[in-house]
Amino acid sequence: MLKERLIQYALLALAFSAVASLAVITVFIFREGVPILVSEGLWSFLTGRSWAPTRGEFGILPMILGSLWVTFGALLLGVPLGLAVAVFVTDYSPRLLSDILRPAVQLLAGIPSVIYGFIGLKVLVPAIRVSLGSPGLSVLAGALVLGIMILPNVIAISEDAIRAVPRSYRDGALALGATKWQTLWRVVIPAARSGIVASIVLGMGRAIGETMAVIMVVGNSLRLPLSPLDPATTLTSNIGLEMGYASGAHRQALFATGIVLFVFIIVLNSAATAFRRRMARA
Amino acid sequence: MHLTLPRHRQLLALVLLFGLLMALTGCVRSASGQSAGIILAGSTSVEPFAELLAEEYARLNPGAPVINVQGGGSTAGIEAAISHTADIGMSSRNLKQAESDAGLAAQPIAYDAIAIVVHPLNPVDSLSSEQVRGIFSGHLRNWRDVGGEDRPIVVVTREEGSGTRGAFEEMLMQKERISPLALRQDSNGAVRVIVSSDRAAIGYMSLGIVSDVAKPVALDGVRPTVEAAIAGKYPLVRPFLFVLNGQPRPAAARFIDYVLSPEAQSILAREGLMPVRDE
Repeated sequence: MLKERLIQYALLALAFSAVASLAVITVFIFREGVPILVSEGLWSFLTGRSWAPTRGEFGILPMILGSLWVTFGALLLGVPLGLAVAVFVTDYSPRLLSDILRPAVQLLAGIPSVIYGFIGLKVLVPAIRVSLGSPGLSVLAGALVLGIMILPNVIAISEDAIRAVPRSYRDGALALGATKWQTLWRVVIPAARSGIVASIVLGMGRAIGETMAVIMVVGNSLRLPLSPLDPATTLTSNIGLEMGYASGAHRQALFATGIVLFVFIIVLNSAATAFRRRMARA
Repeated sequence: MHLTLPRHRQLLALVLLFGLLMALTGCVRSASGQSAGIILAGSTSVEPFAELLAEEYARLNPGAPVINVQGGGSTAGIEAAISHTADIGMSSRNLKQAESDAGLAAQPIAYDAIAIVVHPLNPVDSLSSEQVRGIFSGHLRNWRDVGGEDRPIVVVTREEGSGTRGAFEEMLMQKERISPLALRQDSNGAVRVIVSSDRAAIGYMSLGIVSDVAKPVALDGVRPTVEAAIAGKYPLVRPFLFVLNGQPRPAAARFIDYVLSPEAQSILAREGLMPVRDE
């Protein structure tokens, strides 16, 4: 029995060390970042258009817009595609094909982001440069790369949601004379809505948080991105880009950018959790 | 339940073993931090050269402590020197006032020219300082304006805080600021990738790193070469520094002596840097 106790406490300690790291990270980010938010003013930090930290200008509006644009673009590509794959795997594909597709999609999640970035830089960017104009490093390139990167999230969770719809719903719709597609589109997908939304929100979180692949393909310029072909900087890519060389107020401003990102992600994750809970209840 | 217990145990053993390993490696590291290995950290421009010299030093002195070279950037290197997490900080920019005030000393180990580079197929061979300033500040936006093809200029710069960018701004941009339209990349290599693949691009980088995939242009009629820089004709030259906080440990001091020795300096010269000459 003593041994049982020992094991229990050992596991407890390990579990707490994981949570403790979250606490340490949170405290650290806020301790480093809050001073500059206070001295610069939160509002001018969020809405300033000029980022020139060595000149004391700290405005992250271009990066907020960059993050939103890139993420929105990624959803535009990733959600319809991911949903289509989920529906195909659950309802249309023969079992054998599903058994190939599902692990393949999961493999997609295991590819390191630097590889996505590299392929984006070597294939996508030149293609955009040649067909749509210089420089090719753009919001569009970032959105395309991220759109593919969020597919595993969108597919896996939407698939679960679609599978969780009770058999009786489909049977009922089919018995009323609805076609397979009508059943899916009018009954199954609406019933799986919460889960699908959760998958989208989690995909969004992944897209906003991605750094390496984005640094490589978006160009990182500091203007306000107005067209999909404009280069842009995102909140994460700017931190990744400048952290190595930053000191003093510059470093604090990067941590403050981290706080903004932190809040973004917390809001998204809570939303996803809420939607998932609704799915569980439904 | 009973059947699965052994597996649980295996898992638990694995988890505990992992925890133990982490704890142990932690101990080993903190113990070694005091005596063994010399740590250099900082500028990614200096890093490859420091690595080269560290290898050579290890070859010449088989018994000497290991020289461990890390990147991180000039500012990170200087901070590492301040906090004594590194024996020697590497910087590709001069110390700021606050940093010198913190009691740091800077030892130049070589000088490096910054080349302005364009795509090899770009017909422009030479630019004036005025034109470069115009291009990087965003006033000149088409290659036609500087005698090239009719193409919008794609400006590539380094991120703020970079030693290369700091030196470029200080020596060339004067009061002008680099346009927010410029693409930002976080290494010499990344700048080179863009300039070598986009005919409309212009960037700047360490001369030692320019290869034939990018074309260095003459600045005010002077081609960027090591000879021109040594002769004082090419203006864009900056120091590579070893940053020290107080007296270095004897082992670190010996490495610094080696880096400043004629043999090491001639290696740096061969790699495209300008040696420091004590006269």
